[in-house]
Amino acid sequence: MTTLLNVKDLRAYYGQVQALHGLSFSLNEGSLTTLLGANGAGKTTTLRAICNMVRSTGAIEFDGKPLNNRSTENIVRFGIAHVPQGRGTFTNMTVEENLQLGAITRKDGAGIVSDIERMYAHFPVLKQRHTQQAGTLSGGEQQMLAVARALMLRPRLMLLDEPSFGLAPLVVRDLFGILGKINREDKVSILVVEQNAQLALELADKAYVIETGRIVMSGNAKDIANNEEIRKSYLGY
Amino acid sequence: MELFTNQVLAGIATGAIYACMALAVVMIYQAIDHLNFAQGEMAMFSTFISWQLMQWGIPYWAAFVITLIFSFIAGIAIERILFKPLTKAPVLTNVAGFIALFAIINSSAGLIWDFTIKQYPTPFGSAPFLGSQLISTHQAGMIGVTVLLLLGLYFFFQYTRIGLAMRAAASVPESARLVGINTSWMIALGWGMASAIGSIAGMLIAPVVFLEPNMMGGVLIYGFAAAVLGGLTSPFGAVVGGFLVGVFENLAGTYIPGVGNELKLPIALALIISVLVVKPAGLFGRHIVKRV
Repeated sequence: MTTLLNVKDLRAYYGQVQALHGLSFSLNEGSLTTLLGANGAGKTTTLRAICNMVRSTGAIEFDGKPLNNRSTENIVRFGIAHVPQGRGTFTNMTVEENLQLGAITRKDGAGIVSDIERMYAHFPVLKQRHTQQAGTLSGGEQQMLAVARALMLRPRLMLLDEPSFGLAPLVVRDLFGILGKINREDKVSILVVEQNAQLALELADKAYVIETGRIVMSGNAKDIANNEEIRKSYLGY
Repeated sequence: MELFTNQVLAGIATGAIYACMALAVVMIYQAIDHLNFAQGEMAMFSTFISWQLMQWGIPYWAAFVITLIFSFIAGIAIERILFKPLTKAPVLTNVAGFIALFAIINSSAGLIWDFTIKQYPTPFGSAPFLGSQLISTHQAGMIGVTVLLLLGLYFFFQYTRIGLAMRAAASVPESARLVGINTSWMIALGWGMASAIGSIAGMLIAPVVFLEPNMMGGVLIYGFAAAVLGGLTSPFGAVVGGFLVGVFENLAGTYIPGVGNELKLPIALALIISVLVVKPAGLFGRHIVKRV
């Protein structure tokens, strides 16, 4: 298996405050990897650093090419789609416009049209509401829209920041089911950051545990889920 | 009754100009959250450029198009040189930047073309429109050009990808960057378009107010009133506000005793204050709720 994303000795700063202290991990092509950890551990910062939305040092390589010093909008052109915390919905635009925005860097008009239809097949609720203002959707629907918008890029790697946040358990189950399907069928590699460790470990094949800006544990998702000590001390269930 | 219709139509004609200025102000406000106090001076300078071109013997419509292109490029240049470096600066720094821009453009125009009042031609003529005594052909032309401009802008923003990208960049900049939109250039493009829209307003109103470096002062205040009335967050509201202010201004000047021509401008200012007190978001604006 080839390495798609390789992060080495990543340090990130908010002003004078250092949030990541030399974090290293990698993600294989086609895998679904999860970053776990408590509030403030540095999960979101890691995703933001990959997209150069926060000042950082260290090496970030995507498919062998360095991502450092590239602007956020350029990194998207590598095929990295980031679904940020809070979903980043364009609330005053329609559902369909949100999907078109996901594909704004693509030039193939016909492909975009057929991809929008494909998203409606994945998420039928979005088709029902395609002319509706995105801000009027429920939280779960907005999360579906955010995932669909990211997929419109035809990404090679999707970064998801706490997709389960604020959603009802049943909706979360649904969403994670779809993520697994996207990962298997569309061959999109996924890096998902979660506080809901139990669910993320069921879905993922590989997991890393972050604590105060460092990786403290890594391994197969199954092994970590089955290791009671790790679960109790780091994941809290 | 004829006086009333006449005043309403004349109000719609000048309202068209206010609508353009308000729209230019709102476009920049949406992009960078600041009011461009120099919008009127930029428009005035563009109008002088077109006048100069015509003095050199270039026909009206050719000068009109060249001026549009010049204004578009100049708007982008102003953003790149002056306001891009101020992106993260405090509000007052930006305000100082706008005032500096105002003073620089105003004085440059005075230096190049001096402060004497000049005639400015109208391509439409000033004969009565279609034989009617109610409205002149120039006024009809002002309305016609503005309506074409507004339709063009509507289609641009609603049905083109770059228009969609510009709206996205203005509404949620961070998400826009995450889908690959270069938000910084979208802001520059917004400046270019606002500058070009302003130049159209300047060229259309110049035959009425005559050409001189301070010609847009009053017009811009009406433009601000229109933008505030319609809602600074709504381009559509700004346009509606422009027409409303134009009509209101004329009717107040005609029917309210003691207002006349001299007190029309304070009415615009009174309107700004009343709207801010009664309905701060304007007629069509969104309430902006910020977490603190």
